[in-house]
Amino acid sequence: MAALLQLKVSIQSIMHIQTIIHQLKLTAVALAGAFVFSNSASAETSLLNVSYDVSREYYKDLNPAFIQYWKEKTGETITINQSHGGSSKQARSVVDGLSADVITMNRSPDIDVLYERAKLIPKDWQKRLPHASSPTASTSVFLVRKGNPKNIKDWDDLVKPKVAVVIPNPKTSGNGKYTYLAAWGYVLKNGGDEAKAKEFVTKLFKNVPVLDTGGRGATTTFAQRDIGDVLLTFENEVFLIQKELGADKFEVIYPSISVLAENPVALVDKVVDKRKTRTQAQAYLEFHFSEVGQDIAAKHYLRPQVDSAVTKHAATFKPLKLFKVEEVFGSWSKAEKTHFADGGVFDQIYAK
Amino acid sequence: MAAANAHSLSQYAKYHNKVGRSRATSEATWVRYTLIGVALLFLCLFLFIPLAAVFVEAFRKGAETYFASLTEADALSAMKLTLIAAAISVPLNLVFGVSAAWAISKFEFKGKSFLITLIDLPFAISPVIAGLIYVLIFGLQGWFGEWLSDHDFKIVFAVPGIVLATIFVTFPFIARELIPLMQAQGKDEEEAAMVLGASGWQMFWHVTLPNIKWGLLYGVILCNARAMGEFGAVSVVSGHIRGLTNTMPLHVEILYNEYNYAAAFAVASVLALLALVTLALKTYVEWQAARNAEETEREITE
Repeated sequence: MAALLQLKVSIQSIMHIQTIIHQLKLTAVALAGAFVFSNSASAETSLLNVSYDVSREYYKDLNPAFIQYWKEKTGETITINQSHGGSSKQARSVVDGLSADVITMNRSPDIDVLYERAKLIPKDWQKRLPHASSPTASTSVFLVRKGNPKNIKDWDDLVKPKVAVVIPNPKTSGNGKYTYLAAWGYVLKNGGDEAKAKEFVTKLFKNVPVLDTGGRGATTTFAQRDIGDVLLTFENEVFLIQKELGADKFEVIYPSISVLAENPVALVDKVVDKRKTRTQAQAYLEFHFSEVGQDIAAKHYLRPQVDSAVTKHAATFKPLKLFKVEEVFGSWSKAEKTHFADGGVFDQIYAK
Repeated sequence: MAAANAHSLSQYAKYHNKVGRSRATSEATWVRYTLIGVALLFLCLFLFIPLAAVFVEAFRKGAETYFASLTEADALSAMKLTLIAAAISVPLNLVFGVSAAWAISKFEFKGKSFLITLIDLPFAISPVIAGLIYVLIFGLQGWFGEWLSDHDFKIVFAVPGIVLATIFVTFPFIARELIPLMQAQGKDEEEAAMVLGASGWQMFWHVTLPNIKWGLLYGVILCNARAMGEFGAVSVVSGHIRGLTNTMPLHVEILYNEYNYAAAFAVASVLALLALVTLALKTYVEWQAARNAEETEREITE
């Protein structure tokens, strides 16, 4: 009798499992169907823009404007997909096969790597568009707490004792590299030599309590965890902090001199030729330099680079003495080698 | 039969009373309450408060924002992709897990311990490394990169890569759940079936499967939970294209980095809800399995 009972139980359970399997099959088929359908629906031309971490807000405005412009000009409807992340990681993904039609970064070495590692673009990509292919730029500025309690006015105030400075790690973040180079350039531009510059930067990093890996991490450390007296980061990030986290809590301080952080753009030749999107990608990049494109950049506190737009938005951006990385350090790759490579100057000063 | 049953039950109750309430097997009252209190406090701090915080944060800007951020196109596509990844990886791992567990626990063959080690591999290595392996194999600079790109196959930075990574990290769940269970059950029933002339398939379908069904279901639930929640491996192979290759956990991270806390927590709350449903299902399965085992026990003793 026991055996009979067990047989009954097992038959029931098999039927039970069979229904479950059947239902699973149905769900899988439905899902696969939905997937195929949605893919075929988006068969229209699309561009993929692989970009750095904090450009999302800018592209959320720029992309719809370009889509509308392109529709009016050619009648073609296109979609633009975005991918954001830490800039070096994003560049690495494109090298590894992420099919980016265009790449928009905040440092030219992150685009150079596409030539060096995978020959996806020609070596002289920066000559293909005006202003060294950089439609926008930013710079390193200071953000202090309301009322500026430590009375910080310029670079010299950052190396005073008992001033805590928050800077993202120059080894891992473009933002941090620019800040480091700005401090170095400040000394050189004021008549100092390399030894003086090294001494100054060493003192500066002695005042850094935490090295975050990226710009957003540094923002969180300063603004939400309340660590440090001053945050050194991009001008556009500073304005965003004030907008998102309260304009009455912080004050922006412009140093006497800083670095010009250009945001270069490039189309990825190997990808656009394969996907037959060169025309659209080229037009998209050129749109960055158009009046509309430059206006949108200014709205997001990115400094426009086209002369007419610079004049138009002069009121928003405080005129600053800015130097280019190439001007002071020869080239980005030289700066990278001497300062940020393993065993380079940064490793030496931070280890001490 | 009924009388015998009642008899054994009452004996069990007596036995339980003796052991359960005996002074010798329990601590002093204050020790018990302190221990319980500490455990509850710990649970509250590390499990309940974070869970509650997710929902509080999600609804901070009101129910309207909550539902708006869930029905937004990117959020919907992230949910769809998560479901697709789970719907493909769970059935595949189900088939694999059952076959592997069956082979390991019912048969003797060379390289058996090697196979067991292989199954444990995804548990042993970090999910990020798992993702990187696929990039190294299928990426443009990888072993098959050139060939794949020439033939227009996309694996990494597309849906197939995400599915592959998910399969990899959820690989051991079902097999690991079944192996000890099947080993404990032994091969007697299968051998009996064989002697009675059952084919391999009949033996599996009528003898093995009914015995392991609750353990199997339990494994499927765990596997599914991990498939939907996986972050590290998927993050490496995703390419983070909004609306195309973002799964729910990745979408949460993006929203959070955009200062869009309400939306980030709204999507996180859906993941949390899925986890709660999983937990409920898991508890039900465990309860059913225990009841089943009890029933079989009783039938055997009669």
